[in-house]
Amino acid sequence: MIELTDVHKSFGTNHVLRGVNLSVPKGESMVVIGGSGTGKSILIKSILGLVTPESGTITLDGRDVNQGDRDAFLARFGMLFQGAALFDSLPVWQNVAFRLLRGSLKKPKSEAREIAVEKLRRVGLTADVADRLPAELSGGMQKRVGLARAIAAEPEIIFFDEPTTGLDPIMAGVINDLIREIVTEMGATAITITHDMTSVRAIADKIAMLHAGKIRWTGPVADMDASTDPYVDQFIHGRAEGPIEAVR
Amino acid sequence: MSTLLASVGAAVLGFLAAIGRLALFTGQTISHLVRPPFYGREFGNALLQIGYFSLPVVGLTAFFTGGALALQIYSGGARFSAEAVVPQIVAIGMVRELGPVLVGLMIAARVTSSIAAEIATMKVTEQIDALVTLSTHPMKYLTLPRVLAATLVMPLLVGVGDIIGIYGGFIVGTERLGFNAAAYLQNTADFLEPLDIISSLVKGAVFGFIAALMGCYYGMNSDRGAMGVGRATKSSVVAAAILILTANFLLTEAFFSA
Repeated sequence: MIELTDVHKSFGTNHVLRGVNLSVPKGESMVVIGGSGTGKSILIKSILGLVTPESGTITLDGRDVNQGDRDAFLARFGMLFQGAALFDSLPVWQNVAFRLLRGSLKKPKSEAREIAVEKLRRVGLTADVADRLPAELSGGMQKRVGLARAIAAEPEIIFFDEPTTGLDPIMAGVINDLIREIVTEMGATAITITHDMTSVRAIADKIAMLHAGKIRWTGPVADMDASTDPYVDQFIHGRAEGPIEAVR
Repeated sequence: MSTLLASVGAAVLGFLAAIGRLALFTGQTISHLVRPPFYGREFGNALLQIGYFSLPVVGLTAFFTGGALALQIYSGGARFSAEAVVPQIVAIGMVRELGPVLVGLMIAARVTSSIAAEIATMKVTEQIDALVTLSTHPMKYLTLPRVLAATLVMPLLVGVGDIIGIYGGFIVGTERLGFNAAAYLQNTADFLEPLDIISSLVKGAVFGFIAALMGCYYGMNSDRGAMGVGRATKSSVVAAAILILTANFLLTEAFFSA
């Protein structure tokens, strides 16, 4: 279980997280929604240690994420970045197998390549993509390669940061379905950051809404439409009028 | 008055903080040298990029500088009948000063800018964050291989630059100024001392370290967006050039002040 308690983070005078409390049980797919600039990405980067909160605690299975063996901790995670964040200088298969080619999970090159090709196939890409460079792929293909990299080492926990941003509706649907299938078949715990409501409905078991640096509302996806919270109501229906200011 | 003092104070504090950050970055880079893992493939790539692919620009720079130096010494020396010292002054000028400094500055232009732009782009596109999530330390994977490769390969580049620069002077001296080829080479060889060559190679290593370190430092600390990448690239080259010229003065003082 991932648990955040009273997490605060500022950048200069911009107080992004103002006491976030959130629990994500093992095997659950949690989707964090909220407007642009509300600190959703900072939230998952804080869990991974990419950003250091000023105060509060973040634990994984009861242990503080900042203590203990960092490599062993990170080996439990996979992450799909908003822009895929593929390494330009490496061919696609080496991007996917990056973790399998070095460090504690290192495997022989041929075996790592086999796994990479298998993961590419899992996300709907053919083996001939393996030797291309990321710059030769479309945005949707890059996202799928990023997804293949996130699952290559079969992590227990996967984070998805804006998985469908910049994709056409069909490709966004493909990515949403893939995420749902992969999370279900791997039994992984997932946290997805998005403001795409189609993704929310496709991916989520549970939803948390981040607003003004705090978790405003949390509940099962089935309860979202029935929520009486005016912030949630405005957000999920995409209304300009409501308690959330349109000009931020 | 108090506003002026406050802005001067803020500038001084900012400068000192920047020196502190750079010193920490340097210390961290060196500390990774003795802590595994070591990424041999990235080191090999860096050797190729910084060393082998810099040879044409280093060679051309050194050749024309050596030739121009020969012409200048000949015409300047003619004012007090000292035209005969062309081989000696070209040799000492190239090996002690122009070889290492020009190669250092060319590497700052070619390699520092390239490293800074590459790492800054990786930062703004979250590739550095991706490295961390894949259990790979960015300093080990990106910084150490480049800094180590530049430090090791720069003495070789400077050595090649020295030889080609002397050769440029030799070509101009023998083909344009009428020097005897054998006498030119003999004078060059007789005049150079081991300390000249050692100082040249040591300068090369120090300049290589500075050039790669500045590229990595500004790349890693880049701001977001295209402007951030551009600013990091520009700052890295300016800082590398200034530090190389400063280090050149200090090393010359250390080697030849007695």
